[in-house]
Formats: sequence, structure tokens, C-alpha cells
Amino acid sequence: MFFDTIAAISTPIGTGGIGVIRVSGNNAISIVNKIFNKNLENKKSHTIHYGHILDGVEIIDEVLVMLMRAPKTFTREDVVEVNCHGGEVVLNKVLQLLLVNGARLADAGEFTKRAFLNGRIDLAQVEAIMDIISAKTSLSLKQATNQLMGSLSKNIKKCQNILLGIISKIEVSIDYPEYDEAEQILGGFTEEISNLLKKLKTILQTADTGKIIREGAVVSIVGRPNAGKSSLLNALLEEDKAIVTDVAGTTRDIVSEHFSIEGVPFILQDTAGIRNTTDIVEKIGVERAKQAVENSDLVIMVFDANEEISVEEKEIIKLIENKNKIFVINKIDCCNENKYAFLDDKVEISAETGYGIDSLKYKMKGSVITKNQIARDAPIISNIRQKTALILAIEALERVENAIKNGFSVDFLAIDLQDAYAHLGMIIGEEVKEEIINGLFERFCLGK
Amino acid sequence: MDYIADSVDAIVIGGGHAGCEAALSLARLNKKIIMFCLNIEAIAKMPCNPNIGGTSKGHLVKEIDALGGEMGKNIDKTYIQSKMLNTSKGPAVHSLRAQADKVEYHKEMIKVLESEPNILIKQQEVSDILIEDAKIIGVKTVTGAIYYAKAVVVCTGTYLKSKIFIGEFSEHSGPDGLKSSTFLSKSLLNSGIALRRFKTGTPARIDKRSVNFAEMEEQLGDNKVIPFSFMNTANDIQKEQIKCFLTYTNEKTHQIIRDNLDRSPLYGGKIEGVGPRYCPSIEDKVVRFSDKPRHQVFIEPEGIDTNELYVQGMSSSLPEEVQIKMLRSIKGLENAEVIRGGYAIEYDSINPTSLSYSLENKEISSLFFAGQINGSSGYEEAAAQGLIAGINAALKIDNKEPLIIDRSEGYIGVLIDDLVIKGTNEPYRMLTSRAEYRLLLRQDNADFRLTEKGYKIGLVKEERYKQFLDKKEAIENELSRLKTIFVGTSEQVQNILLKKGSAPLISGISLYELLKRPELNYNDFNDVNVDRPLSLTDEIIDQIEITLKYEGYIKRQLIQVDQFKKLEKKLIPESLDYNNIKSLRIEARQKLIEIKPKSIGTASRISGVSPADISVLLVYLEQSKRLERINNG
Repeated sequence: MFFDTIAAISTPIGTGGIGVIRVSGNNAISIVNKIFNKNLENKKSHTIHYGHILDGVEIIDEVLVMLMRAPKTFTREDVVEVNCHGGEVVLNKVLQLLLVNGARLADAGEFTKRAFLNGRIDLAQVEAIMDIISAKTSLSLKQATNQLMGSLSKNIKKCQNILLGIISKIEVSIDYPEYDEAEQILGGFTEEISNLLKKLKTILQTADTGKIIREGAVVSIVGRPNAGKSSLLNALLEEDKAIVTDVAGTTRDIVSEHFSIEGVPFILQDTAGIRNTTDIVEKIGVERAKQAVENSDLVIMVFDANEEISVEEKEIIKLIENKNKIFVINKIDCCNENKYAFLDDKVEISAETGYGIDSLKYKMKGSVITKNQIARDAPIISNIRQKTALILAIEALERVENAIKNGFSVDFLAIDLQDAYAHLGMIIGEEVKEEIINGLFERFCLGK
Repeated sequence: MDYIADSVDAIVIGGGHAGCEAALSLARLNKKIIMFCLNIEAIAKMPCNPNIGGTSKGHLVKEIDALGGEMGKNIDKTYIQSKMLNTSKGPAVHSLRAQADKVEYHKEMIKVLESEPNILIKQQEVSDILIEDAKIIGVKTVTGAIYYAKAVVVCTGTYLKSKIFIGEFSEHSGPDGLKSSTFLSKSLLNSGIALRRFKTGTPARIDKRSVNFAEMEEQLGDNKVIPFSFMNTANDIQKEQIKCFLTYTNEKTHQIIRDNLDRSPLYGGKIEGVGPRYCPSIEDKVVRFSDKPRHQVFIEPEGIDTNELYVQGMSSSLPEEVQIKMLRSIKGLENAEVIRGGYAIEYDSINPTSLSYSLENKEISSLFFAGQINGSSGYEEAAAQGLIAGINAALKIDNKEPLIIDRSEGYIGVLIDDLVIKGTNEPYRMLTSRAEYRLLLRQDNADFRLTEKGYKIGLVKEERYKQFLDKKEAIENELSRLKTIFVGTSEQVQNILLKKGSAPLISGISLYELLKRPELNYNDFNDVNVDRPLSLTDEIIDQIEITLKYEGYIKRQLIQVDQFKKLEKKLIPESLDYNNIKSLRIEARQKLIEIKPKSIGTASRISGVSPADISVLLVYLEQSKRLERINNG
């Protein structure tokens, strides 16, 4: 954990232009070397190299690589910085490649932490580092619970259960060889594993089209009935159909929609609530607004340009006073007189015609990137974390298949099966060991 | 009246499997000791199943032997059937299990104890541990005799305030009708040692003459028995073996049990102790796995010269007449006569997190605990702890660093680490799945992992050490020789490959490389590999094959071990006050204060301490180190 090689995008996300990925640790140079078209191993410290990042034979990006050997680096470890040009998608792809090749995604503040632990920075900064670390914990916890409700985690959990089944069978047959039950269950999991692999590979494919993104800046739209929340929602989603989550069969349960603005993922909360309002007399929903204030990174409050501001609306404005918010004046195209001139920081749009949607998006992106730590630090990165874990799980299962082919005994299969299980666990944020032992006792009847 | 009776180096309380190893290791490290036991007849007694070894437990026995302990040698002398289990499941989980002649096992162990001039055995109940300035100074017996000692090892097994249950009947008694220890619990409590109730159980023993074996499946031992002790060769220990038998429970058995569940103290709530999940009573099994139409029942002789048979799988605390009815519903046991009834037993144990890795109490210096009192279960688990506690008591007396075996070095390490760091809420049984470096902790290489350590301490004597070094050298030599033996595409070679279903060679290759193929064995190439040293034993050839075939997997685990060791070496100063680290979560802080881990690696295994807490801890440690440096100019 503390001595391995870490990597992360070290430039703010979504600011465009050049992005830098920093890699630090004993294997920094050898890991970058695996995906760079030139050999860095024998290059001098503090040198810059031009070349290409490769995924197999495919060129991913044209980059400048800065090579810095320990100890004269930020972390006092070997550090390599990759300057990418191809925008966020490419930046993420390069990071992904580094992670699959043996780097671990850095935690918040981890480069700074290492810098400190290796004697680089001074005492005054320490408190801040510890705060970042503990803040990160509560953040991850929040994320984990959010994700637990998603269909991704449900799917992963299912796969994990199948794996746990196989692992328990093996472990039970090893630890309790005298029981016939244990002997009988050994055969026939080759098929289970190949099915599992198929399933995981499908999930991986969907990850590439964005369906896997379960986190992002949480956005709530509030406003009086007929202010145009629903059409605003459609306008926001319209632009980005490919990335909208719409898992077949779950439409009825969808409570949130996902889309991204130039690579920054957003989650629109309670969209079902917005869409299903036709037959319900919707109140302005001060209650709903309260919830939005609780749970969102960004609140979008929609006003009807033709209507006077109401008492409830004033109440909500007060409620979200200290919140990251955007006021949207809708139906600006069919109004003669601007009734909301008194509001600062507003965007005028017409959800109908699409007027102003682009500036709204620009503003949305800006507001979560500059103002909101969660959005800047977590979403895209955890997405990569999940994807990496998924890839590593698939690789582990492929090793299992191979080992079966080569006639290795179950004891060896267990190693990669547990590996796969652990990687899947990382996607949904779980610890492993005890579960396996518990699985043993729950599923099988053993004893003297 | 109290009187001063004697003064020795160390005292061992208890003569079970933990007590025996503790006493022997102390004595062999030149400490004069007294072993107190309640009943001399119960020394090295097996009050439950008549076997030694099995998965992971067999590994423990091999490790005990490699360190210079006794259990392996004793079972080699007294086994009546033996089997290598899991032979098809990979070398790391091959596990030796032997049926023991219980009486012989006990007798042979007493002989060994009695042949040690440093050991005095006394049949006396210890009532008090004597403490002065947070250090143990001796013990007192119920009759008032005071014995002074520099160290005390407590190995009371299941005897502390034990109570047995058979249906509605219960009484204060040790296992098998033996005397229990009544007074020591109070003395421990008064010394600030918290106690809790654990329970376990045992099935009935039945009369051989009343069993119809024709109705059961025979269970035989291996043709060639492999010894537990590295000091024995297979040829030394071959003998005629007894048979065991297998039969099954049925719907009728289950109905009898269900009808009488309310009479089981287990379900009537009379037992407050916590029982083990892996060793459930038959009541438990029938309730928890109600869809299973039958459960296995193994019939195992308790020895050569006895009619008693152990009924494995039928552990029970049901009333006597129900037990009889239930047994007689089983095929082959229709006329079974019960010699000793099954019972549940409840006893006092301590919380093992109050111990450090050396098995010494954290608060009371030189007071060690080993075996079932620490919350473990099983003879082998007990013996392993007894050995380590005995060694460490001796080292403590000599003012030397304790022997600590870590998780990457042995099952003993996993066992003790689990107990003292994670603690346990039920009797702890060793399982191979508890060992994260299982591939490295094989029963075949216990000597490679531990004999050197045993030698350094002085418990492994010259003879064993030399034998080990010779073996090591032979393996290393042969491995490097194999690299130089090239086999070509000759007809002879291709024929061997063909016969073994292995792909033919396209070009020449070293035998070292060729033997990596899983389907090939060293001896397949004897006709080609003519210059091989003829002195190589099967054991050595096994080592060579394992090294070659599983190289990739072994390397991966070695990398993990490397990482593990780095964190173990990152030490936490004993003086650290966790209350000063405000970024630690409260739960983590409380756990850290309770366990007082010595290293970051240990801290990371405490349940309730998250990776973020570890990071905070690391940063804090570095901060204090630097502050100190500044303060010291």
C-alpha cells in the first residue's frame, strides 16, 4: 500500500488542453516503459522524451514524458510525468493503461503524503494532509452507498456470489476432504467460470460507452410546476444520448439519469419524480428542494419567465442560499418583460428551442469543477478505478481458465479466483477474507 | 497453612497437548520446571477425536516438529492408521492425518516427559497465580504449597470451571469425568484477566462388538505411510493399520433429533458458552441443514486394545436415551451399545487479544497462555501454542528476544496472529483458507521454513540440523544440475513424452525447463537422466518437482510476502498515545489502544482499522519523528 507505485491525473479535470499524469514509486519508470514506444530504462534523470503511448500496437496519444529519478523529485521516489494532448478521454485511457500495467490509482493527497513521508515537505502541511485523508474516507463511504443501489453493483455482486460459490466449494473440499459432499462439488465449475467471464466482459464493454459511470456531480432540478423542469431535463439529456443510462427493463425504477459535459459526469437526481408529474398535482415541493439541498453537489432552480416569483420560490431561494446553485429562467423566448432581473448569476434559456442550453452546460461544468471538491476529485477517477478492477478481475479469471487447461490443481485455481473476487470487491468497495471463511460454514454442513 | 515448597525456573499449569510442548521446550532449553496437572492419567489425553493432523492441522504438526517439538514424533510412534489427504488438490494442501491409539499416545508422551531431567510432574491443583509488581513470581496450590518461578505458562485447556451437559443433566466436571479446576479462574479474575465461556462437545463412544461393520464402507490408510516427523523416514514407521468405517444418518435419525430438540441444552439455552461453527453438534447440523437427507458418520477405533469406537459426526448434548435411540437408527449401529455418552462441555477461556505475539500477557510480565484457554480448539492448535509459549518463556528468562513466527512463515504464525490481533468469538480452528500465503506454507517444506529458527534458539539439536542442511544442499545441487542436462528430440525422449500425453519436443531443452510441464514427473526421465544422484529420496524429488512446476505461482506469493514484510518492519513506538492523533476515527483509536500493535503491518490487520487510519498513523509517526529530531537539535 505505502510502497507501491501510484498514478493519477494531476491536472484539474475538464480544463482542456494538456493534461498531465503523474506516476510515482519504485516501478514508475518500468510501468511507463511498458506503454511508451521508446525505452526509458537507461535515460538520464530530469530529461524529457517525445513519443507515443501505445495500447498494444495502437497509438493512443502523442506525448512528452518527463523522467525524474529519485531522490530529487516531488515525492523523493522515481517520478514520471506524462503530458498528454488528446483531451480527457485520452487522458483517462492513458491512466487506465498505467493502472492495468501495475500502477495503483493514487488516493487523494497521496503524492503529498509520500512527499512528506519521504522527507520532502515541512510540518506545517501535515495537518492538511491528514484532513484530506480522513475526508477521503467519508467521501468514499458516501460513494459506496450511492453505488450500492446502482445496477452495476447489483451485477457485480451477482458475479461475486458465483465466484464465492466456486471458491467456497474449493476451500471446503480442501479443508474438509473427508466429506463426500466436498468431493462431489469439485467438478463442473469450468463452465461457470467461462460464463462469468462472458458476463464481466459485457460489463466492461458497457463501461466504455459510459453506462458504467455511476458517480458524478449530483444535480437536482427544482422549481414550480410547469416551470419547464421536464423539458430542461430532456434538453440536457438530448445532447448526449449515447451516455444516458437506460438499462433495459429498469426504466420504471430509474431515479436518476447520467450524462456528461465534456467528460465531466453528472447525475440528475429524481428524474422519475420530474417525469411522472402529469397526473399528480405537484406542489412546489419545498420538501423536495430541502432534500435536493441535502444530497446534491449542484441545484438548478428553474423559473418561468412569464410568472411572478412566488412565496414558495422565495423560500427555496433562501434554502439554497449557501449551496452550489444555478438559477435558470426558462421560456425566455415567449416573454416580453424580464421579471427576474433581481437574481444574480442566472442563465436565460428556452428549453423548447434550445436557446441558452450551451451556456447553461458551460456554467454547470464550471460550477462543479471549480467549486466542488467531490466533482473534481472523485467521479471520473473512481470510474477508472472500477474499470481497472474489472479488467484485473477478467485477467485473473483468464488465468484460472488457463490453469485448468494446463491441469493445475484446485489449490492453484483458488489463488486467481480469490484475486478475481477481490478485484470485483474493489469495484463496489468491499473487504474479502472473512467472507470466504463465512461462506464455508454457511453453505456446507461440516463437523465432527 | 501456606508453605514455601520449591523454587524453579518455570511452571507449566496443565498437561494437555499445549502443556506437554511447553514443558518439553522449556526443559530442552535448560530450564528446570514443574508441570502441574489435575490428573496424571490425562497427560497428552485426547478427550475428543482419536486423530492427529488433517488439513492445516497436519501442517501445524509438521511445523511443531520442524521447530523441535514433540507431537510429530509421538504420533509417528502411536498411529494406527494414516492417510495423506487432498493428494489431488495441489501440494500446498496435502495434509497428513493419522488415527492415534489414544492410550499409547498418552503413555509415550509421559515416557518422553519423564526422560527429561529438567521436568518434575506434580498432580496438584493450582489455585492461585502469584503476582508482584505486575510480574509473575509463582503459583500456589489448593493445599497451600507455594512454588516460586520466573515464568508461568497457563495451559488449562477445557478444565477451567468446566461443566458438562447431557440433556437435562449437568454437572461440574472436566472432560471424560475428570476433575475440573475450580479455583484458578477466581485468581485470574482477581489479577485483572477477563474470562469468558466457550463450549465444545464430543460424540458417544460405542462398543465394537455391538456394531455391524458389514453394513458400512471400509476406510483404509495409505499403502505407504508418510511420517509426521522430519526425523523419521517412511521405512522407519510402516506397520499394519486398522480400518475405519463410514455410515450415514437418515431421515429417521433426523426425526428423533427434531422431536427432542427442546431437551438439548444447546437449544434450551442452558449453555451460555459460544460453540464453534466448524464443529457443530448433530442437533446443529440437522437444524441448520434441514434439506440434507443424510450426514456422514465415521466409525473410528480409539486404539488397538480397546473396544471403544469414536462416532465422528455425531457430537451431541442430547439426553442419554435420545442419543442411544438416534445412534440405533443408523445403518450398522442398530444394536450399538454406548460405552461413554456424548456431552457438551463449557469452560472458561481468556480473550487472546490480551496477549502479545510471544503469548505473554500484556500487563503481567512472564505470564504466558497457550492452548484452548486462549480460545482455540484442537490438539494441534494447542500444541503449537504450547511450543511457542514454552520457547518464549525460556527466552524471557534468559532476557532474549521472543520467537515470533509471522504469517508468511507458518500456520503457527497465522494461528497466533489471528488470535492475538483479531481475537476470536468462537473456538478457533485452523483452516488452510486462513493462510493467505498458503502456497508457501506447505507441509513438505515446514523444515525449510522453521528448522533454522529452531536451531538458533537451541531447540533443534545438531543431528536434526545437519540432516536438514544435507537435504537442502541435495535439492539445490540437483536443481542446478538439471539446468545443465539437455534433452534433445531423440526418439527415446519423444516416446516418453508420448506415453505421458505430453507434446513432443521441437528442439532441445534443459530437463529443468521440461519438468515444468504439469504432466511430467522427475522419475519419467530416469532412462535419459542417467547421471542423476541415486541418493535422492522421494522427499527431495517432491521438493524439486514443486519448485519447478509451481514457480510462477510461488513467485507471485513471494512478491506479496515481500510487501507484507515491509509493513511488518515499519514499527510503532510503544509509547505512542493514540489519543493525540485526532484524525483517527474513534473506533480505530479504541482498537489500536486495546491491541497496541507493534508494527504498521499488524495494525492494518486489526478489524475496525481502515487503510485511511493507517495512512493517518503513518503521517503522524513521521511527524513525531521529525519533531523529535528538531527538539534534539
